[in-house]
Amino acid sequence: MHYISNILFAILLVIGIGFFTKNVKKLIRNIKLGKDIDRSDNSSQRWKNMTNVALGQSKMVRRPVAGILHIIVYLGFIIINIEVIEIIIDGLFGTHRVFAFAGGLYNFLIGSFEILAFLVFISVIIFWIRRMIIRIPRFWNKEMTSWPKNDALNILYFEMVLMSLFLIMNAADQNLQLLGADHYIKAGAFPISKHIAGWLPQNIDTLIIIERAAWWIHIIGIFIFLNYLYYSKHLHVLLAFPNTYYANLNPIGKLNNLESVTNEVKMMLDPNADPYAVPEETETDEVPEKFGASDVVDLNWVQLMNAYTCTECGRCTSVCPANQTGKELSPRAIMMKTRDRIEEVGKNIDLNGTFKEDEKSLFTTISNEEIWACTSCNACVEECPVEIDPLSIIVDLRRYLVMEQSSAPQELNMMFTNIENNGAPWQYNQMDRLNWKDE
Amino acid sequence: MKVPTMAEMMAEGKSPEVLFWVGCAGSYDDRAKKITKAFVKILNNANVEFAVLGTEESCSGDPAKRAGNEFLFQMQAMTNIEILNAYEIKKIVTACPHCYNTLKNEYPELGGNYQVMHHTEYLKSLLDDGRLTIESGQFKGKRITFHDPCYLGRANGIYEAPRDLIKKMDVELVEMKRCKSDGLCCGAGGAQMFKDSEKGDKEIFVERTEDALEVEPAIIATGCPFCNTMMTDGIKNKEKEKEIQVLDIAEIIASAEE
Repeated sequence: MHYISNILFAILLVIGIGFFTKNVKKLIRNIKLGKDIDRSDNSSQRWKNMTNVALGQSKMVRRPVAGILHIIVYLGFIIINIEVIEIIIDGLFGTHRVFAFAGGLYNFLIGSFEILAFLVFISVIIFWIRRMIIRIPRFWNKEMTSWPKNDALNILYFEMVLMSLFLIMNAADQNLQLLGADHYIKAGAFPISKHIAGWLPQNIDTLIIIERAAWWIHIIGIFIFLNYLYYSKHLHVLLAFPNTYYANLNPIGKLNNLESVTNEVKMMLDPNADPYAVPEETETDEVPEKFGASDVVDLNWVQLMNAYTCTECGRCTSVCPANQTGKELSPRAIMMKTRDRIEEVGKNIDLNGTFKEDEKSLFTTISNEEIWACTSCNACVEECPVEIDPLSIIVDLRRYLVMEQSSAPQELNMMFTNIENNGAPWQYNQMDRLNWKDE
Repeated sequence: MKVPTMAEMMAEGKSPEVLFWVGCAGSYDDRAKKITKAFVKILNNANVEFAVLGTEESCSGDPAKRAGNEFLFQMQAMTNIEILNAYEIKKIVTACPHCYNTLKNEYPELGGNYQVMHHTEYLKSLLDDGRLTIESGQFKGKRITFHDPCYLGRANGIYEAPRDLIKKMDVELVEMKRCKSDGLCCGAGGAQMFKDSEKGDKEIFVERTEDALEVEPAIIATGCPFCNTMMTDGIKNKEKEKEIQVLDIAEIIASAEE
């Protein structure tokens, strides 16, 4: 009889991890929809960057209050997960506090987990207050309605519940230990839950129900949370690491040069090139490369990973000069819309085997007005705690609008014409370029 | 004003220690031309053997690239590189952070490899080498705030060279609440200079000017001709042009010498 719970646990574990694996595979497939970009260089610099920015949270503390609270939650998340290993072993083999043999070390660890759990709980409450009571503006931009808003709150509630269950479980356990209940060996230190223990009944049967219920809901909650990640902005807990590893290491002012353009321009400038030459027959019927991006498959995989990594914290948008002055542009919304579109394309592929034309693109949700409001000042890029680059997407969209659609704002077309004709963005004669010296 | 061109230098069989890349704003814009002349004056006083390309210079391509016209950018870049390489240019100095960023970061892949310096970096190096002395002159004791150009600061991490120069002047350097890597854009970058802004509730240059007004400066120092234009417009918008001057660091140094 008593194997039933072990079997049930094993089934839940397999389902939980199975679904998660399936989602991770889908995530990787979707990211690979992006074009290739070589970021295999400079691995030591990349490790260092990841260690500083993701592991060390160095950019989080640009905003000290949110940064420090986040570090608490982050440390709690990582360290308390050691306890999850014990919970899984106990669940599978019907043991109880299987690591208790470690004695003093075990007590120290359980005590630390409790303190962290409490600090996480408090931090999450403060996060909630910042979001819902103080209503910090970056949490209330217009892209933060419906799912994005609920998603953020769901995560906070999830964490509150998980931390509470962990502490309630320990409190009941502690009472059971003191009452000498079978199976509940004396182990652990309970600096926080001892204050809750007094509120619980002192009846062994009731305590066992409370302890078991808290234990089960806690671990099931963790399995659910694990599988919630893929659908949530919370995916950053995993992707922050590869995202910072593969981040751009060049000076952020440097934009990439389009190779396809370089080849054409070289041809045009080559005095030996024959303008009437028949293009060489290539073996494959390659479609000429599109300039810039109109859809997610035109972006590179790092840009797509950026979109999945975005936690929608809105630091980028809060420093964006265009957004601050009431323009449509929000760098965060660019990332969110990109992710939504990747998901849409992914589902399309799931349904049809390969992508079936759906008459949609990034421009379905991203307006020209947003794209042309950007000053390319890089404040968003500088600010992002996980090194997302919204500007690179904006530039790729501009490239498409200009080079494929010829639909730049009229004033910019005039600027282009001026540069072409007289080598300056204004209409001055090239021969007057040195006139200043005699003026 | 002594401004030799590369063509003249070459004819005399000389090569300059540095090429001064003037840029379009510095060549044509009335306000920016004053910055160009101030910088040339400093170079001449420091006996720097420099040259300009003159009519052989053409737009670096920055506004085209930022506006998405990669074709035009690369046409400009490759034409410029051909000229620069023909003159065997090794070192370039420019007073425009946009040209600076493009020449320094985006030209190498297209075959243009030069040591590129912003004029504040270059002036700092002249100072360090003892070729330039900075006097406080008429600015002594005045409050100066420095507006970080995005393409100098965030884009390329240069925050200290302009400040080091200002500090040499015996003035009071005051920082805006948003400065250095947190600096707010003036609103001109990304080709915005050449178009009206999208609809919103405020102009970016007004927002930035308010940052500057908060610290009550006598001078707003810049290191970019476009920032200069925007901040000047902002000061006019706030009707403060009588109290506050917007000046390039080169202009401050050059006029202190007088």
